[in-house]
Amino acid sequence: MGIGEILSFGFIQRALIAGTLIAVLCSVLGVFLVLRRLSLIGDGLAHVTFGSVALSLIMGVNPLYVTVAAIPLVMLSSLGILKLTEKARIYGDAAIGIVSSLGIAGGIVLASVAGGFNVDLFSYLFGNILAVGNTDMIIAAILFAVVLLAVTFFYRDLFAITFDEDLAQCSGIRTTTINTVLVLMTALTVVLAMKVVGIMLISALLILPAVSALQVARSFKATIIASCCFAMVSVMIGIFGSFIMNLPTGGFIVLVNFMLFLLAFAWKYMRKSRI
Amino acid sequence: MPVELLNIEGLWVRYNAAEVLRQISFRVNSGDYVGIVGPNGSGKSTLIKAALGLVGAESGKITLFGAPLDRFTDWRRIGYLPQRLRFFNPNFPATVEEIVGLGLLAGRRLPRKLTLEDRQTIEKTLELMGITDIRKRIIGELSGGQQQRVLLARAVVGGPELLILDEPTTALDPETRERFYSLLSNLNKEHGATVILVTHDTSSIGTYASRFIYVDKEIIFDGTFDDFCHSEEMTNLFGEYAQHLICHRH
Repeated sequence: MGIGEILSFGFIQRALIAGTLIAVLCSVLGVFLVLRRLSLIGDGLAHVTFGSVALSLIMGVNPLYVTVAAIPLVMLSSLGILKLTEKARIYGDAAIGIVSSLGIAGGIVLASVAGGFNVDLFSYLFGNILAVGNTDMIIAAILFAVVLLAVTFFYRDLFAITFDEDLAQCSGIRTTTINTVLVLMTALTVVLAMKVVGIMLISALLILPAVSALQVARSFKATIIASCCFAMVSVMIGIFGSFIMNLPTGGFIVLVNFMLFLLAFAWKYMRKSRI
Repeated sequence: MPVELLNIEGLWVRYNAAEVLRQISFRVNSGDYVGIVGPNGSGKSTLIKAALGLVGAESGKITLFGAPLDRFTDWRRIGYLPQRLRFFNPNFPATVEEIVGLGLLAGRRLPRKLTLEDRQTIEKTLELMGITDIRKRIIGELSGGQQQRVLLARAVVGGPELLILDEPTTALDPETRERFYSLLSNLNKEHGATVILVTHDTSSIGTYASRFIYVDKEIIFDGTFDDFCHSEEMTNLFGEYAQHLICHRH
């Protein structure tokens, strides 16, 4: 089957569009998160989303709107991670671990108390990129626009606090505000994109393209651009490849991302040994 | 007429139960070149950080350019070079040019874009610091001395009135150190920048600074270097040998 034929399928077109939009925004946020040692925040917030969805269902929220209902709690949790690192002087990974385990534990206990739900709670953790509908595409497009606008507007502030928070503070940058913007954008991305592409893919798209870009890029701006390119290429190869080989798309995209990371690492190694 | 740029009154800083600074009071006026010296762990860096609001004070009053520290917003008037970057990641993917450009963010409105004029200012500062040839290099690939010059360039690029430098010469070789001090002296004398320099290097303080503050959790001495060297009180405090060591290294 040729690429043209594959592209003629509506579900492939939707997967490509939604996947690429989510890939770009995850990869941009990922550069800041990886450099600030908050790589696992995507995983942590996904677990909180799981708990929040369970809470919404137990409160009788219509299953169609549970993801939206989960947003406030996930955003609060992202701020909780930030406060734990700032005020309690806990390392970022430990703060993420605390909030993450609390989220998943809360979800499991609530599911048990409710005696099960009519919908599969775990489907909120593992979305399916090939099942993207028109509504999901619109959500992805709006999210893409909001996050990209915010990153563009706060780009230099985000760059400054990522380089060094003390220096940023002495440049008059409100570091607490910018940190808050960063984690809230991440929370929004995780909660809305999770149902679309699944947490495995979000977490991978937040970390792998950024790490690959760090191997090859020669400036901060180039790192962000390279991260977007790695993410987009992996989504495209992943969707076409998985379709042709009849393999799970999300997992295949993650594997392509890993291959790209290995290539980037090898390129960096060869460049160093040439010098 | 000199204008008061920094005023610290009755500053106390504690880390948990440990007293780091007690009853610190001093004032820095425009045009001053102040050297702050003291033994390791004497609280010199903490004093600078407290003055900039990076460390919380238990009590005391700090004003910058006449405004209380918590209401001070005119950060473009201050250039700060820390002893080491608290969050520095050696793999941070930023070029020298990008780092120096960060020094121009203060006082700008969001999204704080750089103008053509800013690019020219960065260009001149790179030249002034002798780092034009490494402008495209990633900061983590540079030597300690080169990194220090890049961070100094970031601190001075905005043309600050008050330069606060914490142990800026530790990673520099003697020749670069001398060039660095002449550069600071030039910024102070020719460009009217006020300098506060925390250092172990007492020989340079004697040569360049107009004022010498010796700190050991509290201010032990505040005056000129010559006064320090000829003070009987300091001889009694340090002993003749130690005073001789501090004073005659330059």
